[in-house]
Amino acid sequence: MKSVLSILAIGIFGAWQAASAADITGVITLKGAPAAETDLGSYIMGNPDCAAMYQGQKMPTTHFYVVGPNGEFADVVVSLKGVTGKSTGASSPPVMLDQKNCIYTPGILAIQTGQKLIVKNSDDCVHNVHSAPTVAGNAEHNDVQMSGGADLTYTFPKAEMFVKFECNVHPWMKAWVSVLDSPYFAVSDKDGKFVIKNVPPGKYTVEANHRKLGAQTQDVEVADKDVTVNFTFTVK
Amino acid sequence: MPRHPCRGFNFVKMKISMQTTSDPWLHRFTVLTAIITFLLLGIGGLVTSHEAGMSVPDWPTSYGYNMFALPVKFWRGGAFFEHSHRLLASGAGLMTTILAVWLWLKDSRKWMKWLGIIAFLLVVAQGVLGGLRVTLKMDNLGVIHGVVAQSFFILVCAIALFTSRFWGNWSAGEKTFCVTRGLWTLALATTVLIFCQLVLGATMRGQHAGLAISDFPLAYGKIWPDTGADAVARYNADRVEVISANPISAFQIELQMIHRCMALAIGILVAFCTWLSWKRLGGKSPLAKLAAFWLGLIVCQIALGAWTIWSNKAADVATLHVLVGALSLVTGALWCIIAFGRREGATEIAPAKTISGAFGTSPAMAANK
Repeated sequence: MKSVLSILAIGIFGAWQAASAADITGVITLKGAPAAETDLGSYIMGNPDCAAMYQGQKMPTTHFYVVGPNGEFADVVVSLKGVTGKSTGASSPPVMLDQKNCIYTPGILAIQTGQKLIVKNSDDCVHNVHSAPTVAGNAEHNDVQMSGGADLTYTFPKAEMFVKFECNVHPWMKAWVSVLDSPYFAVSDKDGKFVIKNVPPGKYTVEANHRKLGAQTQDVEVADKDVTVNFTFTVK
Repeated sequence: MPRHPCRGFNFVKMKISMQTTSDPWLHRFTVLTAIITFLLLGIGGLVTSHEAGMSVPDWPTSYGYNMFALPVKFWRGGAFFEHSHRLLASGAGLMTTILAVWLWLKDSRKWMKWLGIIAFLLVVAQGVLGGLRVTLKMDNLGVIHGVVAQSFFILVCAIALFTSRFWGNWSAGEKTFCVTRGLWTLALATTVLIFCQLVLGATMRGQHAGLAISDFPLAYGKIWPDTGADAVARYNADRVEVISANPISAFQIELQMIHRCMALAIGILVAFCTWLSWKRLGGKSPLAKLAAFWLGLIVCQIALGAWTIWSNKAADVATLHVLVGALSLVTGALWCIIAFGRREGATEIAPAKTISGAFGTSPAMAANK
């Protein structure tokens, strides 16, 4: 009877928290003209395996700055600065990073500490998956993944922004995985929009972090209504 | 009995250079080993330039296969460079082993036997270093691997020199001229400086960050670039690196600036060595000719350094820069070794009336005029 009551109490508390939580939403904008992206054609054509995947197709470019026509800025990692120890990564569904057509997809993603990152090889060639974190406690990995080989699973115990994943067989292949110690984060989409869901009431510093342009912060107070916070990055 | 013009500490007195009849096949084999080592340096350079060092994550196996039985279908992209490097390294290791045994059995000079053993130990250590760099995933080991490679190349080239007919004739021949102690010391110091420059270069390449400074002869439009945090952030924002994607730091920018300054210093020093060699020894001297070759290499090397930057560190150009650097180092080292037996004794310099400064005319050379 006691355990039933305890579960009920936890459930009610959780439901109350969820009901009182709110979303932090916003739009990221880029001003100014960033450096032109580099065509990866010359790199890809130099490798017969990858070149065969692009017969008659347009070659990809780098994606340092993914910007919409009105400055909508994608691939910015938005998180709550200083919120740690709240990770639900161990019980969260895994996040997928695919190697397809000799490109990492997506190029920028974010996970929680302890959350599984599954790396898949959808290509008809061998890749090596080389992750190079720099924060102590996050182990560097380098594993070969054959075509049709089993998925590789990684977890990172420490928070770290933009851990580099690369394939050294095809060295233009890069992905950047941010590891955060809470579930309160989002990556801006192609419209520059982001939503950090179910943020408990309180005062926070929201940090928007772009791999090339660094971080910006804004203070917000979350009550029972959604909060909007926008960021504007500028290329100097 | 006339006084020996090169009295003092020389190879003849050390009884280490009395081989007047060299084994031509041993020499040819050593030269071949040196050529293979040079090619190995080139492929190693390509491995780093293509960021391919980690493309085959296991060692001594390759993708789980016996290294020598890796199917050709896997020899693609970065793995082509890394696997070729491993195979050629195995060849160089085998040749060095044969060379060490050959020297031990056939060369009458005891110190040459030990040089062969040192070469064998060095090539084994180098192979293990290369393997550990992959399995332990340590960039710093890659830097040491690069430096040991240069040292090994010097050693093999030195053995090639010592097994040559030239060396036998040179060390047993009449000492008709001397290299002043000042010139020899200058050449040695310059060679050491080149070695330091190569260590610096290996460190820069080991950062896997591409070009820390993207323009030349200026640096971010200035004679000395701004390395403040805002400036470095701006440089990183503007970079469109494809292969070497690590962000650059102020330290890396300063490292490249030191590399540039040292290149200038080395250029001046080698030019000075060459000028002194020609002036003191005459244009027909092998040492003067070698010094001229050395200067030519340094000029090429500086041009290649500039081209490396202008080409945004194109892999082939950057690798050529590594190779000419290795040749410059070896040339300086061989010059010092060859000149060692022609060094003038310090005791002879002091009383000479014709000396004008540290690099002045020696009595022996005055007598030669």
